[in-house]
Amino acid sequence: MSAEAADQVYVIARRSVVRTLRQPANVIAPLVFPLMLLAVNSAGLKAETHLPGFPTRSILAFILAVPFIQGALFATMNTGTDLARDIQTGFLSRLSLTPIRPVALLLGQLGGTVTLGLLQAAVYLAVGLIAGVRFASGPAGVLVLIALYILVVLAFGAIGLFMALRTGSGEAIQGLFPLFFVFLFISSMAIPRNLMSVTWFHDAATVNPVSYLIEGVRSLIIIGWDGQALALGFGIAATVSLVAVLFASRALEQRLAGS
Amino acid sequence: MGDEHAIEAQALVREFKKGPRAVDGIDLAVSPGEIYGFLGPNGAGKSTTVLMLTTLLPATSGRGLVGGFDISTQGPEVRGVIGAALQEAALDPLLTGREHLRLQASLQALPRAERAPRANELLERVGLTEAADRRVRGYSGGMKRRLDLALALVHRPRILFLDEPTTGLDIQSRTALWEEVRRLAKDDGVTVFLTTQYLEEADVLADRVGIIDHGKIVAEGTPEALKAEIGRPTVEMVPAEPADEARVATILAGFGEPVTSVRGVAVRLAGEADLAGIVRALDAEHVLVRQLQLHQASLDDVFLAKTGRSLEGSDDE
Repeated sequence: MSAEAADQVYVIARRSVVRTLRQPANVIAPLVFPLMLLAVNSAGLKAETHLPGFPTRSILAFILAVPFIQGALFATMNTGTDLARDIQTGFLSRLSLTPIRPVALLLGQLGGTVTLGLLQAAVYLAVGLIAGVRFASGPAGVLVLIALYILVVLAFGAIGLFMALRTGSGEAIQGLFPLFFVFLFISSMAIPRNLMSVTWFHDAATVNPVSYLIEGVRSLIIIGWDGQALALGFGIAATVSLVAVLFASRALEQRLAGS
Repeated sequence: MGDEHAIEAQALVREFKKGPRAVDGIDLAVSPGEIYGFLGPNGAGKSTTVLMLTTLLPATSGRGLVGGFDISTQGPEVRGVIGAALQEAALDPLLTGREHLRLQASLQALPRAERAPRANELLERVGLTEAADRRVRGYSGGMKRRLDLALALVHRPRILFLDEPTTGLDIQSRTALWEEVRRLAKDDGVTVFLTTQYLEEADVLADRVGIIDHGKIVAEGTPEALKAEIGRPTVEMVPAEPADEARVATILAGFGEPVTSVRGVAVRLAGEADLAGIVRALDAEHVLVRQLQLHQASLDDVFLAKTGRSLEGSDDE
């Protein structure tokens, strides 16, 4: 990337961060709601730990992976809504009259998402550690978890950008939000896949990529260094990021072409 | 098409799906340093033309050159020489005025050392220094328009597109913006392509005016030449009794050719204005008049003559 393109990414990212921080609701909701669900789930699902074959005695350690994915879903909505607003207000047209490269615009827009993602990761981790969760993978696992989480945030953020560019409507993106939650609930969020007794649910969770993102994060907390889980988690997050950025780039080019 | 013009369009067309031709084969040429007023009612095709010339919307057919670059094939080059303030001031309500200018300066690749001074210079020029560090969502409409203009000027463009820059502004803000546009053209040699639906704006500001209606340019020239083309003044009369309109029309026909009037009866006078003669003729026929007005030719008369409709209050699209 040239120095000029890097500068473009930086200034768009800086704007994205400033915008994010100046909308307290966009910061607080992705922090508070996943933690609320964490509290509810860790109390309600505690009996699960007595199931034969359950991988840990700590339901909090097991369920701590979920806020990370929920937080990433919020990132999708915020990133997409912000870009949709730029389209609706004409700000995107203003940007497109400058020599900015489309990919720099997309990467820059994701800057605010990543910043919020880092903040989320710090809070979720702090809550988990204060509540007594110990990382089976040690301090290095914390760093790897943050890296994986940022990749997941990028993947979902890029999906948000793509949706914004296709629909041009913040309302449309918010309308799709419940659909993402369906993916979350039909996953290994609440129970390991090997303990799912309902066949269709097990099959759905197995083909649902969200299961592998959760399991990648979870493995670092409760198992240690699970190469397969990490490879699947990183692989799926990287693939979704790449595909979503490519689709978003194409959608941006089409939108800029005005066709 | 030559390269001696700042802006040129030849048979430029834009069709929208399921809609009429928004721009229907316009030809125009704007000289460097000229203020070109593009006048027309809402929906006439002004903004669509600007969007095509600024490369934000592809033309369906025809050709356009801006700064010597083809709008269809040399988009980045075109965007490099133009500044644009589009119809809606596209600003981020969460950013301050200064942050907008610094963002724009960065994206326009101004050297780092120049960005802050250039932002300060433009803030001062548009009178926003005191409000520079306030978020834009607290700005008035006039302040947003002035910031929009400043943003368009960050990279010192040779050609400036202003799409209805004074719509919704109060007189004071409008006058201030006119002065800045004049200064840009006169002192900096900037070519200004300005769309407006305000007759006065086109009249006082533009070196030349193109009048667009239903996507076609129906008249073009200096305001003076266009008015001279229409030439003679008109007299418009509103009888006290609406039933007298036909009698008034008959009487006035003796003084000139009838023209369309939205309020009463009007004629374009055949010679010098003879108001006394008209009043005497009406009096002789015992016609009571509620309103009698002498109009010198205006751009609205030009529009009326070319389209059969008045531009003022026109909202038919």
